[in-house]
Amino acid sequence: MEPTRVVSGRALPLGRANVDTDQIIPSHWLKRIERTGYAPGLFEAWRKDPSFVLNDDRYRGANILIAGANFGGGSSREHAVWALQEAGFRAVIAPTIADIFKSNAIKNGLIPVELRADTVSRLLAAVEADAKTVITVDVVLRTVAAPGVKASFPLAGFLQTQLLEGLDEIALTLRHEADIAAFETKRAEWLPRVR
Amino acid sequence: MFRTLSEKVWERHVVRRAAGEPDLLYVDLHLVHEVTSPQAFEGLRLAKRPVRRPDLTLATMDHNVPTNDEPAEDISARQIEAMARNAREFGIRCYPMGDPNQGIVHVISPQLGLTQPGMTIVCGDSHTSTHGALGALAWGIGTSEIEHVLATQTIAQTKPGTMAVTVDGLLPADCAAKDVILGIIARIGTSGGTGNVIEYRGAAIRALSMEGRLTICNMSIEAGARAGMVAADDVTFSWLEGRPYAPKGAQWERALDDWRSLATDADAPFDRDVAIDASTLRPYVTWGTNPAQSVTIDGAVPDPDALPADARESAHRALRYQELAPGTAVRDIAVDAVFIGSCTNARLEDLRLASEVVRGRKVRSGLRALVVPGSMRVKADAEREGLDRIFLDAGFEWRDAGCSMCLGMNPDVLRPGERCASTSNRNFEGRQGPGGRTHLVSPTVAAATAIAGHFALPADL
Ligand code: SF4
Repeated sequence: MEPTRVVSGRALPLGRANVDTDQIIPSHWLKRIERTGYAPGLFEAWRKDPSFVLNDDRYRGANILIAGANFGGGSSREHAVWALQEAGFRAVIAPTIADIFKSNAIKNGLIPVELRADTVSRLLAAVEADAKTVITVDVVLRTVAAPGVKASFPLAGFLQTQLLEGLDEIALTLRHEADIAAFETKRAEWLPRVR
Repeated sequence: MFRTLSEKVWERHVVRRAAGEPDLLYVDLHLVHEVTSPQAFEGLRLAKRPVRRPDLTLATMDHNVPTNDEPAEDISARQIEAMARNAREFGIRCYPMGDPNQGIVHVISPQLGLTQPGMTIVCGDSHTSTHGALGALAWGIGTSEIEHVLATQTIAQTKPGTMAVTVDGLLPADCAAKDVILGIIARIGTSGGTGNVIEYRGAAIRALSMEGRLTICNMSIEAGARAGMVAADDVTFSWLEGRPYAPKGAQWERALDDWRSLATDADAPFDRDVAIDASTLRPYVTWGTNPAQSVTIDGAVPDPDALPADARESAHRALRYQELAPGTAVRDIAVDAVFIGSCTNARLEDLRLASEVVRGRKVRSGLRALVVPGSMRVKADAEREGLDRIFLDAGFEWRDAGCSMCLGMNPDVLRPGERCASTSNRNFEGRQGPGGRTHLVSPTVAAATAIAGHFALPADL
């Protein structure tokens, strides 16, 4: 995973609440066995509407997505994160972001940014008024900045480190092999084994 | 120190704890299916890593598989083959299509007795919360986490909060477990449980069968919760005893003592507490495009402008998508299809309840009605009881096990504009096929609706 420190750029004002992962990437795209090839499926159903914001040329090249509350709920599909990243998004800003989506995002270097609803509304209004508005998300400072808006967002220290260093989490865990092996010797004998 | 059920299970699985870091938890059982795992196995291959505990890993094929005699189309077949190949290569047991143990991952594991109280269970699927019905701590993970669990049998997690949903009182006779959970979600909303493990408590939960508890825990994720749990009790124990992977003999006795000790301490505080009176619940029907957008069957489609401000925009959009007018009585909404299936409501008890309603009756002409058992064992058990005949005689299709029309990855999809009464758990836009419209209901309501052609209770027939 690539380290992520600062993302600065234009934003897509999606706005809607309860954007579930079935909307971000519909299930028939999940038949792929690769990690790539999902961008064409991003918001596939909504994109059929010519007035959908992703079809608006003014927002072409945006790398920050701004949405309403409960973004990324529903299915655990990591494909939703892959699709957003492949389409160029580096951060998602919303009042609340669903747990599994947030975790998937961090593991892939997509920054999940939760801000107060009124701050999100101000950012939406700014971007809708002027598509060229530049927003900066800073992982080091845990802040979001735009003309007239400055806010900080919550991000636990270890998650921040994961984003900043792009670590191989499996390699880190395997350093604790002795702890894992010790734990395994103490497990209850009735716990099931599949083979 | 007083602790809750979820905290007790959490604490006994901590492999490593360090300040400022998430806990490293041991995973007792890792369930795998064909859709979210291929990229994880590929990651292992690239890094030349083995699966640490193939004996604690079980794979099946459910999301993608055809449930009739047709072969899978090419691209699904490729994914199904990848699952079989990965299982072979990494030494994992896999129940493929056609196997008597195959089925929806959240149906087969409890059925085999693999899901037991006090365990940690993960799966690359958000409805892993289902397994909490037996007192396990079980939650859905993404593909990167799947790879981590395959390689290390552990997962790094921040400790979730605790939330009690206490349902007391007597559930009306025409209500099912599905109505309890739809009622809970209507009350707390789609993010009411975010960051928390919900423990379902109270007399009305205790009174439910294991199947009913599985239905409730299944939809915890629909309230945004990390997991849902019910403390193990005699219902749990008698359900588990004698199942293939349940402990036997002296181990069973030791396990029972241990499982009993896991219940929430009398004075343990929860971070959040919600109380619901079961006697106020009714059969629910969702009208919108998220599971919180529901009313009772006696109600009508709401006027979005009469809803709280933060729910209006979603409601307007939902009604446009669903093509429903405010004020329409729920019983006046006609459907094109009825789907009885999914990890929410496709266990034996669900099929029994639905079959009682359709026995000796006919599916409304022109309506497509499907029963897709949750597992091949459920299918076999149902056939032993003759339920297949009841459904077939009424005009239902009787299928093999799989996710099927729950998410429309196989050919069982709604056509654009079609309306479906579904016993599944998600009514998202396009969930059952692009342009399809889903209304979530209990198996009883689904069955009555298939006969009436519009939303109905058995008493309406
Ligand atoms: S039945 Fe539906 S909700 Fe359950 S695992 Fe399958 S696709 Fe997911």
